[in-house]
Amino acid sequence: MTRPLFARLEDVGVRYGPKVVMQNLTLDIVEGAITCIIGLSGAGKSTILRLLNGLKQPDSGRVFVHGKDLTTMRKNDLIEMRRSIGFSFQFAALFDSLSIGDNVALPLRENTKMKEADILRLVEDTLDAVGLAHIMDRFPSELSGGMVKRAGFARAVISKPAAVLYDEPTTGLDPIITHLLTDTIVRLRRQLNGTAVVVSHDLESIYLMADYVAMLFEGAIIAYGTVDEIKSSINPIVQQFLQGSEVGPIPI
Amino acid sequence: MNVLEDAGRDTVGLLEYTGGVANLLGESAGFIGRLRIRVKETLDQAYFLGVGSWSIVLLTSLFTGMVFSLESALQAVRYGIGGFVGGAVSYAVIRELGPMLTAVVVAGRAGAAIAAEFGSMVVTEQIEALLSLGLSPIRMLVVPRLVALIVMLPVLTAIADLISCLGGMWIAQIYAHISYGSFIDSARAALPLGDLPRSLIKSVVFAIIIVAIGSYQGLKTRGGAAGVGKATTGAVVISIILIFVFNFALSAVLFQN
Repeated sequence: MTRPLFARLEDVGVRYGPKVVMQNLTLDIVEGAITCIIGLSGAGKSTILRLLNGLKQPDSGRVFVHGKDLTTMRKNDLIEMRRSIGFSFQFAALFDSLSIGDNVALPLRENTKMKEADILRLVEDTLDAVGLAHIMDRFPSELSGGMVKRAGFARAVISKPAAVLYDEPTTGLDPIITHLLTDTIVRLRRQLNGTAVVVSHDLESIYLMADYVAMLFEGAIIAYGTVDEIKSSINPIVQQFLQGSEVGPIPI
Repeated sequence: MNVLEDAGRDTVGLLEYTGGVANLLGESAGFIGRLRIRVKETLDQAYFLGVGSWSIVLLTSLFTGMVFSLESALQAVRYGIGGFVGGAVSYAVIRELGPMLTAVVVAGRAGAAIAAEFGSMVVTEQIEALLSLGLSPIRMLVVPRLVALIVMLPVLTAIADLISCLGGMWIAQIYAHISYGSFIDSARAALPLGDLPRSLIKSVVFAIIIVAIGSYQGLKTRGGAAGVGKATTGAVVISIILIFVFNFALSAVLFQN
């Protein structure tokens, strides 16, 4: 049985100046699942996340989210759509002039008519869910990398979005924090009963959390499937990437 | 051919830049028109951009008035027209030097600060974060600064005008023995009553230039820390050039009929 889709990228092409990053890329994101996107650095993985919430428009092809084409969507509809998708940035992108509590509260204060007391309660609960209830009044510059990432998670999920996009959530963190964040992503997805798309190089985390894995190479998806299907792929590029080997068809 | 290509590219770049700034101002005006203004942020910015610039505006305006008086008073007395010094100083200060020099000083401080702050926010993905939350960087960041400076720059200019005239009056008395009373009478006679509000209209235009250019330069930052530096320098240079150009145009429109 075919599962419903959260999003579909269809024949997408993206260029940055003369550099072609994607060419005729097609990818389905299954609703209610965690899809992890792997690939070499600079392959365009983060660009896929930006395409999915309309931060980037493709040069060709179409991007559908819940069946609606983002490439032809009116600006106001695009803004509404973005509010239903959380985005956790690689370096969290917290607003450094705001406290952690204010950072997390910002989407509620600006996009809803909730009462301040209700907002504060929800902020506390959400920070508690990522283990940060005690640092509401501190500023991003006062926190460790792992705490900043978790605060970024909290801001991304506070509006209870239908999907959350995670850009390199565990990069540069120690194994304990990496494990904690991986657990958090799985738990948040379950609590929200939504979709998660994770861009990562961290294969251990991906094996723990992914329902589906897509490998991006030279502007196209060259492998897609469950963790077991990807692990047993006969594609030499996939195998070289998974084994981290210098020897193989991937040019280094 | 290269010359033509370069000229074409520069023309396209100029049009793109002008269109971008016009678009930014149009969106800002839309938010202001619908009263979608963040009050606390606007007050914070009024303090930072306006009150924070007070000391440098005071110093530059004081010495500008003093040096203008120093140069003109002795010459005027020598030619027997010392009674016109107050008029000359106040005329020059209120119509031209006050609004323009205040705007240049504020462009150096506030325009640079806006471009650097927004540029850093671009580099650290904070602007993308705003967009991903469905929030407009124009409403969240540009509008508070625009409203704050539109209010604060005329106030700073009025203060600068006063300080310049007082400095000029003091120097005229010390170096050329022109009495305070004679200076004030001359200023009153030379300066039409409508000149002060007209000069404050200039300040409003300059405030729009400073915030629009600073914001646009910052939001278009590319290329990390070096890009932030370029954006900041560009914001100050372009703002100052535009202040001079618009000062001439506004003088022609406001004072020549």
